[in-house]
Amino acid sequence: MNEDAGPIFRQVADQIENAIVDGSLAEETQAPSSNELAAFHRINPATAAKGLNQLVADGVLYKRRGVGMFVATGAREQLLKRRRSEFADQYVRPLMTEAEKLGISVRELAGMINDWEGAR
Amino acid sequence: MTAVATVDHVSMRFREITALDDVTTVFEQDSITGLLGRNGAGKTTLMQLLTGHRVPSQGRIEVFGAAPYENDGVLSRMCFIKEGQRYPDHFRVVDALTSAAMLFPDWDADLAAGLMSDFDLPAKRPIKKLSRGMTSAVGIVIGLASRAPVTLFDEPYLGLDAVARQLFYDRLLADYAEHPRTVVLSTHLIEEIAGLLERVLLIDHGRVLLDADAESLRGSAVTVSGPGEEVRSFARQHELLHTESLGGHSRAVVRLHGTADRHAAAVHGLSVEPTSLQQLVVAMSLQTPAPPSPMRLAASDDLEEVS
Repeated sequence: MNEDAGPIFRQVADQIENAIVDGSLAEETQAPSSNELAAFHRINPATAAKGLNQLVADGVLYKRRGVGMFVATGAREQLLKRRRSEFADQYVRPLMTEAEKLGISVRELAGMINDWEGAR
Repeated sequence: MTAVATVDHVSMRFREITALDDVTTVFEQDSITGLLGRNGAGKTTLMQLLTGHRVPSQGRIEVFGAAPYENDGVLSRMCFIKEGQRYPDHFRVVDALTSAAMLFPDWDADLAAGLMSDFDLPAKRPIKKLSRGMTSAVGIVIGLASRAPVTLFDEPYLGLDAVARQLFYDRLLADYAEHPRTVVLSTHLIEEIAGLLERVLLIDHGRVLLDADAESLRGSAVTVSGPGEEVRSFARQHELLHTESLGGHSRAVVRLHGTADRHAAAVHGLSVEPTSLQQLVVAMSLQTPAPPSPMRLAASDDLEEVS
């Protein structure tokens, strides 16, 4: 885990969310255990458990008693929805800040995005 | 959470040197605590008090609900691996392990054997003939295999290379996950072990500077940078720990009062980055001046007690 990137439990939760969003951790499959996460990321098991519990509280994972944590049905849709709503704040804001600093207008910016799309 | 060890207004004086000054803290059951601080901060003294090697000049120490000093019922459940641990002159590695096996009721011989091969330790070699790193590895094997409910490591990595240190962290985590216990680890290599820690106890000049949950610390300390005036006015509203300026640009390490504050900084046009545990510890230790006690020595940890 990255020591300079804020709370580690949040990073653990983010990584599992990423795996769910990109489909590598499918719904109704088992998520890694806190001990597996602790060993893999070299972090305290309590911290790993906190990350998992956060996801349980968010309804992304659910517990099967005696077995472990599983990805909830609908978790991917739920995460996509949340990330879309956060997109403006996380990506558009820094983009606009830098554009303003460089004197790039919104119109020019829109042109760049169109060009980007066209070049792909 | 249950407290395994309680330190209640403890002071420790050696002649005119105050190694610990009114320290109060608790160590929770089944947690890993990082005991951090500069050389001579009082880390070793605190560990010596916890393990009954010394009696505090003032205050009260309890481990498992009793004073540890000369208390076999308490001490048999503790393992203290000292920095530069010494062994009897004629001891071979295997002798150190055999006597540890007799000393610690929860000793795990299989774990010890596994660790011996992990660290490439030659069982028959006299410890006197081992390199510094290998001697440290012997301490690590004993500390982990003791499975003592309270295990203290005082800078256990002296002379250990990066590979062996990584092995130590990995084996500690793996065994801790299977057999939770209370671990206290003093270290200067904060960056390396930051992720392992659940609690952080930072002492400086014998006083507690920080006693907190490692994760909440990561959330609360940030580095803000931007135009000097903006940084200063933002820092004034929070706990400023350290600041540097170059030209009109400033950088400040601050502890925020709430999570909403991070947003406030972004609104001010400041760049906000999380601060690592190491940066936080350095910033906090730097801002604390030595208390005006006479004859303060940097290496008070090494001093012998005056009786």
